[in-house]
Amino acid sequence: MNEPVIIFDNVSKVYPMYHQHLRGGIKNFMLNLPKAISSIKNSRFEALKNISFEVYKKETFGIIGRNGVGKSTTLSLIAGVLRPNKGKVIVKGRISPLLELGAGFHWELSGRDNIVLNGVLMGLTRAEVLRKIDEIIEFSELLDFIDQPVRTYSTGMIARLGFSVVAHLDPEILLIDEVLAVGDIGFQEKCIDTMKRFKKSGVTMVFVSHSVPDIVRICDRVMWIDDHGIKMLGNTNDVADSYRNVLTKS
Amino acid sequence: MAKNMRSFENYKDLIIVLIQKEMKVMYGNNVLGYLWSIANPLAFATVFFIAFKVVMRIEMENYPLFLIAGLFPWQWFSHSVNFSPMLFLGENGPIIKKVNFPRNIIPLVMVLRDTIHFILSIPVILLFLLIYHKLPSISWIYGVPLLLCIQFLMIYGISLILSSINLFFRDMEKLVSLLMTFVFYFTPIIYPVSMIPEKYQYLINFNPLAPLIINWKNLFLHGTLDSVYLVLSLAYSIVFFMVGHLIYKKLSWRFAEVL
Repeated sequence: MNEPVIIFDNVSKVYPMYHQHLRGGIKNFMLNLPKAISSIKNSRFEALKNISFEVYKKETFGIIGRNGVGKSTTLSLIAGVLRPNKGKVIVKGRISPLLELGAGFHWELSGRDNIVLNGVLMGLTRAEVLRKIDEIIEFSELLDFIDQPVRTYSTGMIARLGFSVVAHLDPEILLIDEVLAVGDIGFQEKCIDTMKRFKKSGVTMVFVSHSVPDIVRICDRVMWIDDHGIKMLGNTNDVADSYRNVLTKS
Repeated sequence: MAKNMRSFENYKDLIIVLIQKEMKVMYGNNVLGYLWSIANPLAFATVFFIAFKVVMRIEMENYPLFLIAGLFPWQWFSHSVNFSPMLFLGENGPIIKKVNFPRNIIPLVMVLRDTIHFILSIPVILLFLLIYHKLPSISWIYGVPLLLCIQFLMIYGISLILSSINLFFRDMEKLVSLLMTFVFYFTPIIYPVSMIPEKYQYLINFNPLAPLIINWKNLFLHGTLDSVYLVLSLAYSIVFFMVGHLIYKKLSWRFAEVL
């Protein structure tokens, strides 16, 4: 049970301030070459400073914190789309990120085609997706809409489709970033239920949210990130209480 | 480091599914879509025919055929290259930010799509040959695949360069469309090499696209390939591919940082 599947060992992530300097495009860059180069080298933004933590197998791990403190950077490091500047990130297992609304979908394609597209993007083979496609369609409750182009879908329907795909990918490590806010209450409940089912079947989950109630409902442990470092890490209720206290004070 | 644990089979399926997607979007599942996509080079051929043959009265036999033979390969080149800077932006941006998959699959699929499209337009060239009472040469059997590979490699390399760099310098797109105008008129597409004043003819060799286009036209019109141009264009495409691969390797892990 206590085998760590995600290990952050003294991880720091620094972003060069690209947008500040490259916004002017290649024309401005070439015109002010020496200045531009030195400013890229000197101005940096520290998104995470020396954080270390472990997520254990079969655990539901919550991450809370205010906007812009490094929650999403942490998730991106786990997903392997970012590399740390210092320290080590070790991940053991296949990662399924639950994408934000509509990401990875193509508007002109039908819901059915998009299920295949999304599944393959997540790392499954086409045969594996096709084996599960009926189950996915049933779960999504999209009925006849499944053969309509996704551009005709409402926001809630897109969220359903996205969650349904991920829910049937047999994820080993599931990353969830604030995606449950859309969709009607009924579907949100279904998502939470699915997450609870995942929990029982032993899927490791990392859940980023602003919603303390949601975190309390499903997480085993919670990490509170503040000011680009770990403010508190431990038992869900302890962390949630302290976080609530700070929120009400400020 | 999170390892990329994708199997070969997933990689292959990813390419197939993405190409299917492109085809569905491009051709909209019907013949009309196909007609639209060959309309562009045909429209250009008409315009140049009127401008140069009817108005300026260029001395050339079968000028429409000559135009078609050059404009179709050009169309492939220009479509892919113009499309490249935006590849990692738009609808692909959010996936790159969240999912760890080989990003070079996006340019690869785009170039494959345009390659398939070019192959599908070869019958149109054939049709024009027949209209002018000519027959395709037996040398097409090896010539077409050979030139296809060279052009594929060249475009894929260019695409890797432009799509990667455009994430950091978002005005690449404008620069590219400007450059493409030069490339078009400095490549012997609407005129033959022989019409270039002799003292300037050697300059053709510095245009990476020129040797390739010259060979396409030789192949389609006369069934011949110029071996010097062939080697030259192959060399150019290998250079583009290697430079593209290098730039991509150097920048790809930063893509999610700048999106």
